[in-house]
Amino acid sequence: MCGIVGLLLKNGALNARLGELVTPMLASMSERGPDSAGLAVFAEQDQGEKFSLFAADSEFDWDALKHALDDEALVGKPGIVSQGRYARLTLDVEPDTLKHWLGEHFPMLHVLSAGHYIDIYKDAGHPAAIAERYGFTGLTGSHAIGHTRMATESAITPAHAHPFTAGEDFCLVHNGSLSNPYSIRRRLERRGIRFETDNDTEAACRFIEWRLGEGETLEDALEEGFSVLDGFYTLLMGTHDKLALVRDPFACKPAVVAETDDYVAIGSEYRALAHLPDVKNATLFEPKPEVIYSWNR
Amino acid sequence: MESLTQKGVDAQTFDLASTTVRELNQFLHHELDGPEYIEILNPDGQHSIAVGLDAPVTVDIHGHAGYFIAGMNKQASVTVHGNVGWSVGENIMSGSVLVKGNASECAGASGHGGLVVIEGDASSRCGISMKGCDIVVGGSVGHMSAFMAQAGHLVVCGDADHGLGDSLYEAVIYVRGEIHGLGADAQIEPMQESDYAKVAELLARAGFDHDPKTFKRVASARSLYHWNADHFQEY
Amino acid sequence: MSKPVYKETNHSYDGSVLHYITQAAEHGLYEIRGLGAKRTLPTFDDLSFLTASASRYPLEGYREKCETRTVLGSRHAKNPIELDIPITIAGMSFGALTANVKDALGRAASELGTSTTTGDGGMTPEERSSSKTLVYQCLPSRYGFNPDDVRKADAIELVLGQGAKPGGGGMLLGQKISPRVAQMRTLPEGIDQRSACRHPDWTGSDDLAIKLNELREITDWQVPIYVKVGATRVKHDVKLAVASGADVVVVDGMQGGTAATQQVFIEHTGIPTLAALRQAVEALEEIDMAGKVQLIISGGIRSGADVAKALAMGADAVSIGQAMLMALGCNSDYYVQNGRHIDATADYAALDTAPGVCHHCHTGKCPVGVATQTPDLEARLDPEWGARRVKNYLQTLTMELTTLARACGKSNVHNLEREDLTALTLEAAAMAKVPLAGTDWIPGVTNA
Repeated sequence: MCGIVGLLLKNGALNARLGELVTPMLASMSERGPDSAGLAVFAEQDQGEKFSLFAADSEFDWDALKHALDDEALVGKPGIVSQGRYARLTLDVEPDTLKHWLGEHFPMLHVLSAGHYIDIYKDAGHPAAIAERYGFTGLTGSHAIGHTRMATESAITPAHAHPFTAGEDFCLVHNGSLSNPYSIRRRLERRGIRFETDNDTEAACRFIEWRLGEGETLEDALEEGFSVLDGFYTLLMGTHDKLALVRDPFACKPAVVAETDDYVAIGSEYRALAHLPDVKNATLFEPKPEVIYSWNR
Repeated sequence: MESLTQKGVDAQTFDLASTTVRELNQFLHHELDGPEYIEILNPDGQHSIAVGLDAPVTVDIHGHAGYFIAGMNKQASVTVHGNVGWSVGENIMSGSVLVKGNASECAGASGHGGLVVIEGDASSRCGISMKGCDIVVGGSVGHMSAFMAQAGHLVVCGDADHGLGDSLYEAVIYVRGEIHGLGADAQIEPMQESDYAKVAELLARAGFDHDPKTFKRVASARSLYHWNADHFQEY
Repeated sequence: MSKPVYKETNHSYDGSVLHYITQAAEHGLYEIRGLGAKRTLPTFDDLSFLTASASRYPLEGYREKCETRTVLGSRHAKNPIELDIPITIAGMSFGALTANVKDALGRAASELGTSTTTGDGGMTPEERSSSKTLVYQCLPSRYGFNPDDVRKADAIELVLGQGAKPGGGGMLLGQKISPRVAQMRTLPEGIDQRSACRHPDWTGSDDLAIKLNELREITDWQVPIYVKVGATRVKHDVKLAVASGADVVVVDGMQGGTAATQQVFIEHTGIPTLAALRQAVEALEEIDMAGKVQLIISGGIRSGADVAKALAMGADAVSIGQAMLMALGCNSDYYVQNGRHIDATADYAALDTAPGVCHHCHTGKCPVGVATQTPDLEARLDPEWGARRVKNYLQTLTMELTTLARACGKSNVHNLEREDLTALTLEAAAMAKVPLAGTDWIPGVTNA
């Protein structure tokens, strides 16, 4: 059970303020999800292949990773910007190749995201503390998705925090609780799709990844999701150029959308939107069940 | 509609940017002195504002508010000049709750008496489990509205989404627009003179000006009232 | 010559299964009944106390005091519940039970310094006046739920589920919807009534947190708020109840009773109380809330030994429903009128049942006047007589509880601990995580 927020800036002049606008949205959802939090930020421009990494070991020496990659003849020149247990690695390499190499040499590192636009930060702890830890207010970009988590059935760890990612430049956050996550998981595992946690949300995320990998559009994948995913869910997803939102047929988990000429903002509750500029004059609406909403930047 | 201050009535003002909801509610529960007028500023989506009131006080909330606004209301007249989150006026006993904007899910849930008015749209499950209150929605209502509603009236000036009146007991629904699907045991019935009078009365109280002749009546077919009446002795 | 045909019992399709299939084929409806699970389950009887001898010193019965005082709901509330004994009376509705029964329970509880709990039918004035400490349930149906009674309550119990039917709503068949019950529930007289399984105004623990906050605001943060769950995914549910802000968590095991629900719920959902209790205690310990949020266990608590073992395993109090009704004569072959025992077996027979196996609470034809709304049956239970029976029963439970606690060397029943217990069966050892008698072995925890 959780709080979800999303912000897509239609006015590019606001991109420099993305973190400043989205961080209070996330913090306001702390009561809905006091256990852990995460934020996915999409940059406005293609920055080449990049990876968000998270170290299981809080004392991890990121220079050691850089040296090891430098020594690796197969790959290009790595760039690493680190912040405690988080680092952003820029490196022109196939995500699967990097994941395989990290698994062999640095098994304590987790790849939180891969793509040309996306960065993901997530950790266990109070959302406000996490925002502070990773400097969320200073982040820039065109759109962002955040999540605060009240764990239902799986453990409270950084890996179990949302957003979940699949493939490149795709992430998903979830409020609710699926009632058939294990059968979806087994179905996907039989196809060779690998899971990193036992979180029900990862099942939804990997299902969509699988459909996208089969060449479907996000809209088609979500349409199919309505018949496959059982239980309660409000899902908010991000790709390099859009945000998408769906609610299950029961629509028991909340969401509210505010739209102005400058932005589209989504929150579990209006509380998350209350501080946004000119929100009092925004078009406010509640998404309907089983309808796919998407907004392009 | 003007607020009372705009009409020159003295108000006691609470700014929720600097006062907590808890302080406000404690005041409303214990420190009111006769009929009074309270203005609340900057609700900013906060929850449980003006809950559990039991006094003939007038409360104006300026802005969008969160869940359970005016929950379990008795006697008070609460107006929200904005939208509200889930379950506005839940379990209302008497008095009135007026929302000038839209309401999220479960507006007027389980209300026993009094009047809930949503000038905009109300989302899913509006009037769920209602037990005698009256609800008037200026716009449309979401799916499963008046689910298991036991008594009272739900008037919808716009459209109603699917599953309207599922498992209805004795509550009656009036819809002016389109009905996108009835729930189990709900049926459309002919309007009687008493229905026109009831709709006219509720529209007048809610401040809407529609012709009662344009409304349809939805009530329980009562086929679920005795689901095993023939055989219960054997169980 | 043909081989002889043996008259072997068919274990797959025995008498009860055949009866079930025949009934289903005849009526096309599921079976509704009252009370709790009847199947064989591991219980507290499968545990035994390691009382004092040489390594520990027992306390003298009657002379050396053994404290039973119990405080519930100290986390957020200004006025926690203070009880003289850790044995409370579970939520049972007026409607399922008669007003006389509710009155008798209230009087007995008040005399012994414990609480009673309302049920799905709201709060009756009789119950409020007879019960000194009254817990007011907030249920999905919200029948008769109102702010005046909220303000009169000593605690609020928000019910997510019940051990007899976790995940399901209740049923009250038409013959029990008397004019007064109908009026309290805002329903037409005589209809079969289904209660909701989810609350009408919130869904999920994140929104439950907001709901609990609303109830606290309405009650000015004075009274404790309990959250009651039916025992299924106990660890998750207890943690989520705490995360949502509960002061007290009530866990109702599989043996918990009901006035009426589908038989398929009663026998095929949830986990036994023994297993549920251990899971609930572990959940509180894992989030460091043991002792901060109190735990009440219910579902098949029958004796003082059950109470003592539940406390030893980590409950702060127990809650009893069915056994209280049995103290009042449920399943007895007689009822008492003007001091005379009157045989009730013919009335049981008319229901095609017998004393000892009756579960016809749902029909309202209770031969002993406990679970009914029919005036002449209701008159079979004199509230004064009933109050005395319940008081005697509560008193016996308390004396047994302190007897066991003293024998374990405890001057306070809350100092009983799980290391005071040993298990007599493998199942109980595994579920309660208590060593098998004579060993240090806890199946699934330690090596043999």
